[in-house]
Amino acid sequence: MDGIIDILILMFTAIFIENFIFAKFYGCCPFLGVSEKPGTALGMGMAVTFVMTVASAVTWTVYEFLLAPFGLDYLKTIAFILVIAGLVQFIEMFLRRFVPSLYSSLGIFLPLITTNCAVLGAALVNIQNGYNFIQSVAFGFSAALGFTMAIVVFAGVRVRLQFANPPKAFKGMPIALVTAGLIAMAFMGFSGMSIG
Amino acid sequence: MDNQSKRYSFKAMLGQLKNGIIDQNPTFVQVLGMCPTLATTTSVINALGMGLATTAVLMFSNLFISLLRKFIPKQVRIAAYIVIISGFVTAVEMLMKAFLPELNDALGVFIALIVVNCIILARAEAFASKNKPIPSFIDGLSMGLGFTMALSILGAIREILGAGTIFGISIFGSAFQPAQLFIMPAGAFITLGCLIALVNAIRSREKKPKATADAAEKEAE
Repeated sequence: MDGIIDILILMFTAIFIENFIFAKFYGCCPFLGVSEKPGTALGMGMAVTFVMTVASAVTWTVYEFLLAPFGLDYLKTIAFILVIAGLVQFIEMFLRRFVPSLYSSLGIFLPLITTNCAVLGAALVNIQNGYNFIQSVAFGFSAALGFTMAIVVFAGVRVRLQFANPPKAFKGMPIALVTAGLIAMAFMGFSGMSIG
Repeated sequence: MDNQSKRYSFKAMLGQLKNGIIDQNPTFVQVLGMCPTLATTTSVINALGMGLATTAVLMFSNLFISLLRKFIPKQVRIAAYIVIISGFVTAVEMLMKAFLPELNDALGVFIALIVVNCIILARAEAFASKNKPIPSFIDGLSMGLGFTMALSILGAIREILGAGTIFGISIFGSAFQPAQLFIMPAGAFITLGCLIALVNAIRSREKKPKATADAAEKEAE
């Protein structure tokens, strides 16, 4: 029972208190790049969630059974990025072959995910914090949920932003960044909640 | 050949440096590599460390990708670039752990995340894969310096406003009440937004003819 509560606390922390975008800055490139429309943002978020959950499981296994026993700790950056790149390629092929409907909605986002630092970031944080297998998968999944929530909320705000009339120099990226700052300020409220 | 390389070394090199640092600044103009830009600029030291680490990786990955550009098959080029880049990132990571342990702790996972910094892959794909080794090396240097400069400016503003210090030295005395918001994540987004807006304003002033054309267009509407 205690174990389950620990996992729930871990997940809540990853989604809200240490949100990947607004507190940790992992995955800011897709956050700013693919957040023009809520629909696309949701697609990107789902693709990231899928890849990040699987990648957390695979990189943890690779680290624990291949790198750690042979003292190859220093190779983890190279190993993880190769695992993630291979995994993304594999998932793309698998979805195209067996779940074409999902492929048609997530397909275009998959190549972008290899260079999404959220995925590699989650894999490295799992190792750094010494999580076990279940904790790693739970962390990867919930951190990605937090990412999805952030990117969808932000896309919603950006749609409204198109009708606003900011000073000329602020048009586009600058006003989007300031908006993200205001949302981040709201998320600071969660930091008072740190549990455990 | 010799003549050409001689001609390159003067004017073209300066042009490339100006291009990377000012005209095509990776942070302010191309808006690439946002994660380290936002995450590591809580102080000037961290920003400078991050910028220089990225510059080192960028120079050597550009150089080697350019040297190997005729041997890497087109289909697997991205994977090959990532392997080359992560090799240099691991080297930088180990060097920092050995010689700058404090900075290494402050930057944490973001040193390893240089691998997925879009600037590096973008320069590899857009420049190093099509150009000779020396121009590629200089391109890496200029883009890296542009990135370092942007990070340092952002880090300086955030450190002065958010902590009242610069390079860790107090500048306003103890009476100054720092606005802690600026070293928090929210401050990073807002400061960067304002800086990019400032750069946009300066650039649009430089391009006067285009600006007036835009204004005329708006009036016509």
